[in-house]
Amino acid sequence: MTPAIRIDNIHKHFGNLHALKGIDLTIAQGEFFALLGPNGAGKSTLIGILAGLIKPSAGDVSVMGFDVVNQYQQARQLLGIVPQELVFDPFFNVREMLRFQAGYFGRGPENDAWVDEILEGLGLTDKAHTNMRKLSGGMKRRALIAQALAHKPPVIVLDEPTAGVDVELRQMLWEFIKKLNRDGHTIILTTHYLEEAETLCSRVGMMKQGEIVALDSTANLLNKFAAKKLRLTLGEVVLPVEILTMLRSQEKGIFTFALSDMAQIELVLAALRGANIKVLDMQLNEADLEDVFLSLVGQHHG
Amino acid sequence: MAKVYKMYGISISPRFRGPWTLLKKEMLRFWRVGFQTVAAPVITALLYLLIFSHVLAGHVQVYQDVPYTTFLIPGLIMMSVLQNAFANSSSSLIQSKVMGNLIFVLLTPLTHFEFFIAFLCAAIIRGLSVGLCIYLVAMWVVDIHVLHPWMMIAFALLGSALLGAFGIIAGIWADRFDQMAVFQNFIIMPLSFLSGVFYSIHSLPPFWQKVSQLNPFFYMIDGFRYGFFGQGDISPWVSLLIVGTSFLVLALITLKMLKSGYKLRT
Repeated sequence: MTPAIRIDNIHKHFGNLHALKGIDLTIAQGEFFALLGPNGAGKSTLIGILAGLIKPSAGDVSVMGFDVVNQYQQARQLLGIVPQELVFDPFFNVREMLRFQAGYFGRGPENDAWVDEILEGLGLTDKAHTNMRKLSGGMKRRALIAQALAHKPPVIVLDEPTAGVDVELRQMLWEFIKKLNRDGHTIILTTHYLEEAETLCSRVGMMKQGEIVALDSTANLLNKFAAKKLRLTLGEVVLPVEILTMLRSQEKGIFTFALSDMAQIELVLAALRGANIKVLDMQLNEADLEDVFLSLVGQHHG
Repeated sequence: MAKVYKMYGISISPRFRGPWTLLKKEMLRFWRVGFQTVAAPVITALLYLLIFSHVLAGHVQVYQDVPYTTFLIPGLIMMSVLQNAFANSSSSLIQSKVMGNLIFVLLTPLTHFEFFIAFLCAAIIRGLSVGLCIYLVAMWVVDIHVLHPWMMIAFALLGSALLGAFGIIAGIWADRFDQMAVFQNFIIMPLSFLSGVFYSIHSLPPFWQKVSQLNPFFYMIDGFRYGFFGQGDISPWVSLLIVGTSFLVLALITLKMLKSGYKLRT
C-alpha cells in the first residue's frame, strides 16, 4: 500500500543553518503518529515542507504517492494541515470559512453534510454563524482544526494543536481526532505534551537538531530506553558518582533515576548505603515518553 | 449571509470551483466593508468634483464644447477606478499576511495562475463598482454622454487590471502596513494627481508635458476620457497600446513572483 507520507533524505538550509539534516520517514496509511522534539528541532520546518510552505533544499516528500513539489495539487488535495499559530480571517463567520476552505479544494454544496459533521464533532454548531473575530481562543482553535478538515483529507497533520488549550477542550479534541483515525484518516501530530503522544499514538518519532534520533512504536521506545523510574527522597545530599549517569532529575531533595531493569535498584541503594545516605521515601513508577525523550535529547548534550 | 448561499446556487464546474471560491471570498471581503471600500471613495470623488468645478468652472476651458465640470468627471471616475483596484488587492494581501490567514489559501491546491486571476478579478470588480457609482451620481448633476463606450470600457478594464496586478505585487512585497503606505503615498497618489485628471497636459509647459508622458496614469485617464468626448491629448490607440503592454508586463512579473513563491513560501 502507498504510504500516507514518505520523506526521503530531506535537507533544509536557512542560510548557514542546517535545519534538517537528511530526514527519512515513512508513515503508513491509518497510522496515528507523533513527532516530538524540543523547540528548534525542525518539526515545524518538516511540516512546512510537507505543506508546501517551505521548499526543501534537497530530498523528496510525497503524500499518498504524490510529490509535494511536482504534484503539489494532488498532494495538497489529500492533506489537511492545522497550523500552529491561532490565525483567523476576521471578515467571515465559522460556516463561511469552512465553505470557502472546502471550495478552494474544488468542493461545492455536496460537501455541506461533511461541514455539518465537523461542526458537530468539534462542538462548533452553536458558533456556526459567529464571526471568527468574536470567538474565544479555544473556539478559534477548534475552528482552525475544522478548516483543515473541510475538504475531508485522508492525511491530517496537527502542529501543536493543544498548545494553550484547556483540559476539557483537549479531551474533546482528542476524542474527535481518535474517531477520525478510526474512520481511516492518517493522523500526524507534533506536541509538547508527551503524555498525549503516549496515550494516543502508536508510533513516535523524536527529533533533535534537524535529525530523527528515535523512531519506533511507543511501546518499544518505552521498553528500550527506560523501564522504571525510581523516585527517592534523600534530602540535601551529594550523590555518589557511580549512580549519577542514571539520574534524570533532582528537585528539593527528591531524586529521580531512570532504570533500564529492576536489578539497577539494588545498585542505586547499595551506592547510597555506601555513601551513608538515608532514604527518606521511595517510589517506583513506570517510565513514560518524557523519560525516553529526556534520555535521548539529553544524551547528545556535550 | 444569505448571499453566500445564493452564490453557491451558481453551478460551477468543480475544476473552476477553487479560483471561483477565492474570487467570491475576495469580493465578499470588500463588500462586507462596503461603506469604507465603495461609499467612501465615491464621496471623495464627488467632493473633488464639487470643489474643483466650483473654483475652476469658467476659468478653464480644456476642450471646445466641453464645460470644465463635464471634463472633470471621466478623469475623476478613472482615478477612483485605478486607486480602488490597487487598494483592493494590496490591502487584502497585506492584511492576510499580517493576520497570518493567507496560509489558508497557500495550503490549497490553487495554482499561482488561479491565485492571480482571483485577486485580479476582485480588484477589477471593486474598481469598476466604485467607478460606476461615481458615474451614476454624476449623471444626476451634469449632462454627460459617452461617445465611444467600447473605448471607455476597454480603458476601465485594462486600467483596473493594471493597478490590480500592481496591488498584488505591492501586497506580496510589503511586510508591514507602513511599507504599503509608501506605495500609496509616494507612487499611487502622485501619479494619479499628476496624470491630467484636473487639466489637459497641453496646458503645461513643454518640459512638464514630456514628464507627464512618462506617467502611465496619463494614458489611462486620457484614453478613458476619449471614450466620453471623442477627443484627448494623444491618440487613444497609442494609449491603449501603452496601457495594454504595461498590463502584460506587470501581469508577467506578478505571475513570476507568485510562481517562485517570493515572500510567500520560504
